[in-house]
Amino acid sequence: MLRYLTNRVVTAFVMVLLATLVIFLIANTAPGDPALAQLGDLAASNPEYVKAFRAKWGLDLPLWERYWIFLKGVAHGDFGISIMSQRPVLDDIRDFAPATIELATIAFLLSILIGIPLGILAAVKRDSWIDHVARFVSLIGVSAPTFWLAFIMLAVFYGWLEIAPGPGRVDPIALLPPKVTGMLLIDCILAGDWETLRDAAAHLVLPATVLAAATLGLITRTTRASMLESLSQDYVRVARAKGLPEWRIVLGHALRNALIPVVTLGGLAYANLLTGAVMTETVFSWPGLGRYTFRSAVAVDFPAIMAITFIVAVVYIAINFLVDMSYAFLDPRAVKR
Amino acid sequence: MTAVALPQEVAAPASSRRRWLRRYALAVAGGVVILFWFAVALLAPVISPFNPEFVDIASRLQPPSYAHWLGTDALGRDVLSRVLYGSRISLIAGFSVVVISAVFGTVLGAIAAYARGRVEDLLMRLTDLVLCFPPIILAMAIAAALGIGTTNTIIAMLIVWWPKYARLARSLVLVQRSQEYVEAAHVLGFGHAHILFRHVVPNAIGPLIVMVTLDLGNAILVFAGLSFLGLGVVPPTPEWGAMVAEGRELVQQWWVATFPGIAILSVVMGFNFVGDGIRDWLDPHARRR
Amino acid sequence: MPDDAEIIKNSDSDSVPILSVEDLRTHFFTDQGVVRAVDGVTFHVHAGETLGIVGESGSGKSITAKSVIRLIEEPGRIVSGRIDFRGRDVLTLDHGALRRLRGGEVAMVFQDPMTSLNPVLKIARQLVETMVEHGRFSPKAALARAVDLLGRMGINAPKRAVESYPHQFSGGMRQRVMLAMGFSNEPVLLIADEPTTALDVTIQAQILDLLRELNADFGTAIILISHDLGVIANICSRIVVMYAGEVVEEGPAEKLLADPKHPYTWALLNAVPRLDRHTPGEKKLVTIEGTPPDPLNWPGGCRFRPRCPFAIDACGEHPALKEFEPGRAARCWVTQQGGVLPAVGVVADAQSSPQPRAAARSTVSYAVADAAVATRGEVLLELRDVKKHFPLAKTSFFGEPRVLHAVDGVDLTVFKGETVGLVGESGCGKSTLGRLIVRLHEPTAGSIAYGGVDISHANSATIRPLRRRLQMIFQDPYASLNPRMTVGQILSGPLQFHGMTQGAQATASRVRELLDVVGLPALAADRFPLEFSGGQRQRVSIARALAVSPEFIVADEPISALDVNIQAQIINLLIDLQQRFALTYLFIAHDLAVVRHVSDRIVVLYLGKVMEIAPAGALFASPLHPYTKSLISAAPIPDAAVERKRERLRLTGEPPSAIDLPSGCRFRTRCPIATELCANEIPPLIEHRPGQWAACHFAGKL
Repeated sequence: MLRYLTNRVVTAFVMVLLATLVIFLIANTAPGDPALAQLGDLAASNPEYVKAFRAKWGLDLPLWERYWIFLKGVAHGDFGISIMSQRPVLDDIRDFAPATIELATIAFLLSILIGIPLGILAAVKRDSWIDHVARFVSLIGVSAPTFWLAFIMLAVFYGWLEIAPGPGRVDPIALLPPKVTGMLLIDCILAGDWETLRDAAAHLVLPATVLAAATLGLITRTTRASMLESLSQDYVRVARAKGLPEWRIVLGHALRNALIPVVTLGGLAYANLLTGAVMTETVFSWPGLGRYTFRSAVAVDFPAIMAITFIVAVVYIAINFLVDMSYAFLDPRAVKR
Repeated sequence: MTAVALPQEVAAPASSRRRWLRRYALAVAGGVVILFWFAVALLAPVISPFNPEFVDIASRLQPPSYAHWLGTDALGRDVLSRVLYGSRISLIAGFSVVVISAVFGTVLGAIAAYARGRVEDLLMRLTDLVLCFPPIILAMAIAAALGIGTTNTIIAMLIVWWPKYARLARSLVLVQRSQEYVEAAHVLGFGHAHILFRHVVPNAIGPLIVMVTLDLGNAILVFAGLSFLGLGVVPPTPEWGAMVAEGRELVQQWWVATFPGIAILSVVMGFNFVGDGIRDWLDPHARRR
Repeated sequence: MPDDAEIIKNSDSDSVPILSVEDLRTHFFTDQGVVRAVDGVTFHVHAGETLGIVGESGSGKSITAKSVIRLIEEPGRIVSGRIDFRGRDVLTLDHGALRRLRGGEVAMVFQDPMTSLNPVLKIARQLVETMVEHGRFSPKAALARAVDLLGRMGINAPKRAVESYPHQFSGGMRQRVMLAMGFSNEPVLLIADEPTTALDVTIQAQILDLLRELNADFGTAIILISHDLGVIANICSRIVVMYAGEVVEEGPAEKLLADPKHPYTWALLNAVPRLDRHTPGEKKLVTIEGTPPDPLNWPGGCRFRPRCPFAIDACGEHPALKEFEPGRAARCWVTQQGGVLPAVGVVADAQSSPQPRAAARSTVSYAVADAAVATRGEVLLELRDVKKHFPLAKTSFFGEPRVLHAVDGVDLTVFKGETVGLVGESGCGKSTLGRLIVRLHEPTAGSIAYGGVDISHANSATIRPLRRRLQMIFQDPYASLNPRMTVGQILSGPLQFHGMTQGAQATASRVRELLDVVGLPALAADRFPLEFSGGQRQRVSIARALAVSPEFIVADEPISALDVNIQAQIINLLIDLQQRFALTYLFIAHDLAVVRHVSDRIVVLYLGKVMEIAPAGALFASPLHPYTKSLISAAPIPDAAVERKRERLRLTGEPPSAIDLPSGCRFRTRCPIATELCANEIPPLIEHRPGQWAACHFAGKL
């Protein structure tokens, strides 16, 4: 087991290194020029300015040297200064990440807490009305464009029915609790600020629902298919022949096996939620990592892009790693090899 | 030796035809929707009531009316015409991303599975590498780095898109190559190319077709998303994602963002229905029921 | 149904049966129509009795068994009939009562032990939940009992075994776990649905012994469902024969097997070659024509009539199951009207009455005999110390590379015109050896010479001309034909590729000829493999091999996926083809009786090494190697009287893994006479008698 673990960690480390190299090459060989993006047309037409700008950000060094500098920085936890905000990239990320983590986690919980039971029910009551509902929900979930769903939700519940708060994390006039984790719900609880907590929670409802929709659809679909598969297995027939009650067959025998692909998908989905909430964040003016990433990308802000992709790759690989580890508990066959 | 009797072919009774229809009703509906959008894309100049890029500030943000069935946007452009024209770029983007990456990925995956050894290791590590990144983020980063424009966005999507085809094709070919009929072809002396193209590929193609169909909807969705963020098309061009972006602040003028969104939804659902139908049809397990 | 009005009474009519199934009908409502899988089945089981239900696939035997505890899944439904279990009407039981019945009073063991256990739950949990659910034991007591039961079922270190997961066990061990589970609540009735079909013959013998003991010790009645008359004869005191969803014959095992009263039973018994009865020179088996009927549309009248060699005019009407002597009944007009079926195992005289239609043809016998053995002709194939090792995936970055020793030093010479049988249990390397010979695999070491040409490492271009002489027939008729090609395309491909026919017309006529040779109609050429039954597909597969006019064919378990009667048809076809085209066969199989029947010489393989090579007759008359002896002893014979009296040599344990081989003689870990010498020295393959070679330090000593 220990050997398996070290093995995995080494592999993961190599993958992260390669991943940064890939993103470094892409960012640097692409035609986009940060000097043009940052200085504006007027300054960019002056070669002196451009040269100074490039020297300042180390853009005039050879590629390999820049990569080496980047790696050395990473080793010290230093990702450099953002060209756009002129602050250390890590500080930027520290500011933006909590909002995203909060939103993504709530959305993820929503989608598994609804998606898995719905998928199980749909499989057990195959071709019943609940199955049709589940299939419809999952179909809408995977087919509706997130950004459009976000708009519709805002238009209906905020613009028309006026029962939901508008964009943003809290009301503009709300008093924020002292920043501890950056996640408002937790900070409010820590500070005992129940009013802001309610406000923040209300602001989370629409974006979390929208963000959960696609994941919910995928999880429902996968759970259903996977449950149907394991319900048709011989060991389920054996369990019936043993005289076990149906609920124990479904939850005790079939579900344990059916969860294996669901966990894989769930891990991937959570990683995507954490990193890919760009559109939802844009519509709901959510000050999260997604929007920060997007702005850095458009501005060709190299240090920020490198840092984000590095962190994103690490999160991705880490979550995949956790998923693999969870197999050890879900599937005894996985450990053996 | 006397001949062994062959099974009789049984004509499908009416009841089974009805059952067929019920099973594939959604797939047929999805097919109709897709055909509809194809027709629209082809005939857009003929059936559009207005020039989609014609700006008329005087009649801006008008609600749906007889003149403008789906209303007008902030620049007074006819939403209906823009939705109709928008089908062109969505379908082109969706098809080019999926078809090119499917062909490229499948060839790589099939080669990997057929060659085994070093080649396989190398190709599969490459796909692992791309799969290390969340697709949207990577596409966004690449698209931004390449510069805004339809072609660049499609290129960015292609880079993140092919690995899943490589993986699927590899696993399909791996299954096929150990089948006894492939071994039989080897024993008969057929060459590798013959075996790969006459035996392996035709039998592996089914799941790939399902994936391609389901994926077309997905690609259209992602392209619209990138356009929504401002990475897809250059502004005056009508594109559904970009149209939603233009209307996203206009909560009171809901028609500007709602209709292009419905268009995306319908195409994506159409491909999903058709893909599910093909999957059921190819899967004898589901068909028997 | 009126014709079932006459229900047979059991011979000891005083005792009330524990299970009475009366006119049971279980139908499946599919898209294609109603499949009448079980269509009017009546039988009884008495306390402590062992009842065998036998029939070919699709006869409804498994569905009947599942119906007994209402384990029928969508779209199946029990449409009518009565199932009475100890005074309760099973078909009207509510869910709770049904659950108490299942696993409590009636336990069931299924065919495939590999998939019957839940892979993610510990053995302990799966055993304990059965016992706790039925309220007989506390969880603690149940765990203790689980350990006891596993021990009783012959599992070593049961304490550790209960803490394991299913994947840590072999198939035989898992079937023991399934039996422990079945017996955990001391059921009154155990239904075993083909419990040994997925197992090797030595393991099968162990499981059958266990079943017999359990029946004796616990007094549990057993319904054993099997397609194998030998297995049934081994255990069962009474037999029910099913055909096309109904019972066609019923009676005590000894009598029914010795003197069948239904032509279908007669045909089943004739289709299987017997280990203990071998007429030298007689190679053709008596078969019946055709394939099992279509369950969507059973034939009118007697359902067996279309295939029956004895059918008379009366058979146009559906016969009833009639008791003709106490405890024996048959559903046949011929025997009910006093007709006598020819004795089993004796080829019918063409003049005798009633005249068997199909059997008449088979009176043409061939005297291939041991001719090939006596006068050794030209050497066709020569293997010298051939090895094939498969590298396995490393367990980790730092792990040692592991190797599977599939074939580990085999010497073999095949002469022109003979049939060499290759037997051994699964994993012994027999399929790999077959694939090495046709060079689907490249040997790791050693040499393979075909017709004097070394082909050990020949590339595909150099070997191509040889492909025409060297062909292969595969095991699985469902996997060995490309589903996307018509039969015509499958057959014409090799013809055109090797330039054997010029022009489309010549090719088409050669395809027709090939189809005719294997007994398929010409119009088969336009059909896809999907439209054929297993036996027909195997004929196509044979035709494909014949297309290039080979002289040598490796047949890799060509009949093991088929029903017995179809097996016999294919065996006859292969024998016939050998005659017509002077073919040489390497016949790979696990069924000893079949191998003995078709082969001139037999090679016994164990863990990648040859244990014994001998002429077929000598091998069975006086086996030299302990492994050969135990294999022969484990093979069941479809004759209850013989089965009861046979002396047995039972192997304990299971073959070791081909990754970590035992030192010295590979067989020593299971050998009853192994000594220290066997652990230290690998016994060489030595010719002990003319033509009979064995690799054993104590050959013939057992």
